[in-house]
Amino acid sequence: MIGLNVYLALIAIATLLSVYRVFRGPTTVDRLVAVDIMTTITTGLMVLFALYYGRMIYISVALVYALLAFGGVIAFARYLEGGL
Amino acid sequence: MNVLAVFGEILVLLGTFFYFLSALGLIRMPDVYNRMQTSTKSATLGSLGVIVGTGIWAVGKGYSPAWVVQTIAVAVFLLLTNPISAHALIRAAYKSGIPLWEGSVVDKYGEHIKAKESDSENVKLAEIVPEEGDKE
Repeated sequence: MIGLNVYLALIAIATLLSVYRVFRGPTTVDRLVAVDIMTTITTGLMVLFALYYGRMIYISVALVYALLAFGGVIAFARYLEGGL
Repeated sequence: MNVLAVFGEILVLLGTFFYFLSALGLIRMPDVYNRMQTSTKSATLGSLGVIVGTGIWAVGKGYSPAWVVQTIAVAVFLLLTNPISAHALIRAAYKSGIPLWEGSVVDKYGEHIKAKESDSENVKLAEIVPEEGDKE
Protein backbone atom coordinates (compact mmCIF):
# COMPACT_ATOMS: atom_id res chain seq x y z
CA MET A 1 0.00 0.00 0.00
CA ILE A 2 0.93 3.65 0.00
CA GLY A 3 2.52 3.79 3.42
CA LEU A 4 2.53 5.99 6.46
CA ASN A 5 4.38 8.91 4.87
CA VAL A 6 1.47 9.95 2.67
CA TYR A 7 -0.93 10.05 5.61
CA LEU A 8 1.51 12.03 7.70
CA ALA A 9 2.07 14.45 4.80
CA LEU A 10 -1.68 15.04 4.39
CA ILE A 11 -2.03 15.63 8.14
CA ALA A 12 0.91 18.05 8.06
CA ILE A 13 -0.61 20.03 5.18
CA ALA A 14 -3.96 20.22 6.98
CA THR A 15 -2.29 21.41 10.18
CA LEU A 16 -0.30 24.05 8.31
CA LEU A 17 -3.45 25.40 6.66
CA SER A 18 -5.13 25.57 10.09
CA VAL A 19 -2.13 27.43 11.51
CA TYR A 20 -2.46 29.92 8.63
CA ARG A 21 -6.07 30.53 9.65
CA VAL A 22 -5.03 30.94 13.29
CA PHE A 23 -2.60 33.72 12.39
CA ARG A 24 -4.76 35.33 9.72
CA GLY A 25 -8.31 34.99 11.05
CA PRO A 26 -10.09 38.33 11.44
CA THR A 27 -12.10 37.50 14.56
CA THR A 28 -11.43 35.53 17.73
CA VAL A 29 -13.94 32.83 16.85
CA ASP A 30 -12.10 32.22 13.55
CA ARG A 31 -8.90 31.42 15.42
CA LEU A 32 -10.82 29.27 17.90
CA VAL A 33 -12.45 27.26 15.08
CA ALA A 34 -9.01 26.62 13.59
CA VAL A 35 -7.67 25.48 16.98
CA ASP A 36 -10.67 23.15 17.35
CA ILE A 37 -9.90 21.56 13.97
CA MET A 38 -6.24 21.23 14.96
CA THR A 39 -7.14 19.36 18.16
CA THR A 40 -9.36 16.98 16.18
CA ILE A 41 -6.51 16.34 13.73
CA THR A 42 -4.06 15.84 16.60
CA THR A 43 -6.31 13.18 18.14
CA GLY A 44 -6.17 11.19 14.90
CA LEU A 45 -2.40 11.70 14.74
CA MET A 46 -1.98 10.33 18.27
CA VAL A 47 -3.93 7.19 17.35
CA LEU A 48 -1.74 6.77 14.25
CA PHE A 49 1.41 7.07 16.38
CA ALA A 50 0.02 4.46 18.76
CA LEU A 51 0.00 2.05 15.83
CA TYR A 52 3.46 3.24 14.69
CA TYR A 53 5.02 2.47 18.07
CA GLY A 54 2.85 -0.62 18.56
CA ARG A 55 1.58 0.36 22.02
CA MET A 56 -2.13 0.24 22.79
CA ILE A 57 -1.81 2.46 25.87
CA TYR A 58 -1.19 5.50 23.65
CA ILE A 59 -4.80 5.37 22.46
CA SER A 60 -5.86 6.23 26.00
CA VAL A 61 -3.63 9.30 25.76
CA ALA A 62 -5.57 10.33 22.65
CA LEU A 63 -8.87 9.81 24.50
CA VAL A 64 -7.78 12.01 27.41
CA TYR A 65 -6.49 14.65 24.98
CA ALA A 66 -9.85 14.73 23.18
CA LEU A 67 -11.66 15.08 26.51
CA LEU A 68 -9.49 17.99 27.66
CA ALA A 69 -9.74 19.75 24.28
CA PHE A 70 -13.53 19.47 24.40
CA GLY A 71 -13.62 21.03 27.86
CA GLY A 72 -11.31 23.82 26.79
CA VAL A 73 -13.33 24.71 23.70
CA ILE A 74 -16.59 24.71 25.70
CA ALA A 75 -15.01 27.00 28.31
CA PHE A 76 -13.78 29.41 25.63
CA ALA A 77 -17.17 29.46 23.94
CA ARG A 78 -18.93 30.25 27.23
CA TYR A 79 -16.40 33.01 27.87
CA LEU A 80 -16.96 34.61 24.46
CA GLU A 81 -20.71 34.34 24.91
CA GLY A 82 -20.36 36.30 28.14
CA GLY A 83 -21.61 33.62 30.49
CA LEU A 84 -18.42 32.71 32.33
CA MET B 1 -0.60 -8.46 2.69
CA ASN B 2 -3.62 -9.05 4.87
CA VAL B 3 -7.12 -8.04 3.78
CA LEU B 4 -7.81 -6.29 7.09
CA ALA B 5 -4.61 -4.27 6.83
CA VAL B 6 -5.47 -3.14 3.30
CA PHE B 7 -9.00 -2.17 4.36
CA GLY B 8 -7.68 -0.26 7.36
CA GLU B 9 -5.14 1.59 5.24
CA ILE B 10 -7.84 2.62 2.78
CA LEU B 11 -9.92 3.97 5.68
CA VAL B 12 -6.91 5.89 7.04
CA LEU B 13 -6.19 7.34 3.59
CA LEU B 14 -9.81 8.51 3.24
CA GLY B 15 -9.69 10.00 6.73
CA THR B 16 -6.52 11.98 6.14
CA PHE B 17 -7.93 13.18 2.81
CA PHE B 18 -10.99 14.48 4.65
CA TYR B 19 -8.68 16.20 7.15
CA PHE B 20 -7.06 17.96 4.21
CA LEU B 21 -10.47 18.94 2.81
CA SER B 22 -11.56 20.37 6.14
CA ALA B 23 -8.45 22.53 6.39
CA LEU B 24 -9.02 23.63 2.79
CA GLY B 25 -12.56 24.70 3.70
CA LEU B 26 -11.09 26.63 6.61
CA ILE B 27 -9.00 28.62 4.13
CA ARG B 28 -11.51 28.93 1.32
CA MET B 29 -14.79 29.99 2.91
CA PRO B 30 -15.74 33.67 3.34
CA ASP B 31 -17.00 34.04 6.93
CA VAL B 32 -16.82 32.24 10.25
CA TYR B 33 -20.16 30.45 9.92
CA ASN B 34 -19.28 28.90 6.56
CA ARG B 35 -15.84 27.97 7.85
CA MET B 36 -17.34 26.19 10.83
CA GLN B 37 -19.86 24.42 8.59
CA THR B 38 -17.29 23.02 6.17
CA SER B 39 -14.46 22.25 8.55
CA THR B 40 -16.22 20.64 11.50
CA LYS B 41 -18.28 18.13 9.55
CA SER B 42 -15.44 16.88 7.39
CA ALA B 43 -12.99 16.80 10.31
CA THR B 44 -15.41 14.61 12.27
CA LEU B 45 -15.79 12.23 9.33
CA GLY B 46 -12.03 12.20 8.77
CA SER B 47 -11.25 11.41 12.38
CA LEU B 48 -13.78 8.56 12.30
CA GLY B 49 -12.00 7.13 9.27
CA VAL B 50 -8.50 7.56 10.67
CA ILE B 51 -9.25 6.17 14.14
CA VAL B 52 -11.38 3.16 13.18
CA GLY B 53 -9.08 2.46 10.23
CA THR B 54 -6.07 2.44 12.54
CA GLY B 55 -7.77 -0.16 14.74
CA ILE B 56 -8.58 -2.42 11.79
CA TRP B 57 -5.06 -1.95 10.39
CA ALA B 58 -3.55 -2.96 13.75
CA VAL B 59 -5.61 -6.16 13.83
CA GLY B 60 -4.45 -6.87 10.28
CA LYS B 61 -0.84 -6.39 11.37
CA GLY B 62 -1.27 -9.04 14.08
CA TYR B 63 -1.98 -7.02 17.22
CA SER B 64 -4.76 -8.03 19.60
CA PRO B 65 -8.44 -7.31 18.76
CA ALA B 66 -8.65 -4.99 21.78
CA TRP B 67 -7.25 -2.30 19.45
CA VAL B 68 -10.58 -2.15 17.61
CA VAL B 69 -12.52 -1.75 20.87
CA GLN B 70 -10.32 1.07 22.11
CA THR B 71 -10.29 2.92 18.81
CA ILE B 72 -14.07 2.64 18.47
CA ALA B 73 -14.39 4.11 21.98
CA VAL B 74 -12.29 7.13 20.94
CA ALA B 75 -14.27 7.47 17.68
CA VAL B 76 -17.65 7.41 19.44
CA PHE B 77 -16.42 10.00 21.94
CA LEU B 78 -15.30 12.30 19.11
CA LEU B 79 -18.57 11.75 17.25
CA LEU B 80 -20.53 12.83 20.34
CA THR B 81 -18.45 15.81 21.47
CA ASN B 82 -17.35 17.43 18.20
CA PRO B 83 -20.80 18.78 17.15
CA ILE B 84 -21.41 20.03 20.69
CA SER B 85 -18.24 22.12 20.72
CA ALA B 86 -18.97 23.40 17.20
CA HIS B 87 -22.48 24.42 18.22
CA ALA B 88 -21.22 26.21 21.33
CA LEU B 89 -18.58 28.07 19.32
CA ILE B 90 -20.92 29.23 16.60
CA ARG B 91 -23.52 30.33 19.16
CA ALA B 92 -20.81 32.37 20.85
CA ALA B 93 -19.94 33.88 17.47
CA TYR B 94 -23.55 34.89 16.84
CA LYS B 95 -24.03 36.26 20.37
CA SER B 96 -20.84 38.32 20.17
CA GLY B 97 -22.22 40.03 17.08
CA ILE B 98 -20.06 38.84 14.19
CA PRO B 99 -21.95 39.80 10.99
CA LEU B 100 -22.99 37.28 8.35
CA TRP B 101 -21.37 37.24 4.94
CA GLU B 102 -23.08 39.70 2.55
CA GLY B 103 -24.05 36.85 0.22
CA SER B 104 -25.96 34.99 2.92
CA VAL B 105 -29.57 34.26 2.04
CA VAL B 106 -31.32 33.23 5.24
CA ASP B 107 -30.85 33.87 8.97
CA LYS B 108 -33.24 31.59 10.84
CA TYR B 109 -31.64 32.14 14.25
CA GLY B 110 -31.98 35.92 13.98
CA GLU B 111 -35.64 35.56 12.96
CA HIS B 112 -36.19 33.25 15.93
CA ILE B 113 -34.65 35.74 18.35
CA LYS B 114 -36.75 38.59 16.93
CA ALA B 115 -39.96 36.53 17.17
CA LYS B 116 -39.14 35.64 20.75
CA GLU B 117 -38.54 39.29 21.70
CA SER B 118 -41.78 40.48 20.08
CA ASP B 119 -43.67 37.66 21.83
CA SER B 120 -42.33 38.69 25.21
CA GLU B 121 -43.24 42.32 24.51
CA ASN B 122 -46.78 41.27 23.62
CA VAL B 123 -47.01 39.30 26.85
CA LYS B 124 -45.87 42.32 28.84
CA LEU B 125 -48.46 44.53 27.14
CA ALA B 126 -51.18 41.96 27.83
CA GLU B 127 -50.18 41.92 31.47
CA ILE B 128 -50.10 45.69 31.76
CA VAL B 129 -53.36 46.57 29.99
CA PRO B 130 -55.87 44.78 32.30
CA GLU B 131 -54.16 46.24 35.38
CA GLU B 132 -54.72 49.72 34.03
CA GLY B 133 -58.31 48.81 33.29
CA ASP B 134 -58.76 47.68 36.91
CA LYS B 135 -57.37 50.92 38.24
CA GLU B 136 -59.70 52.95 36.11
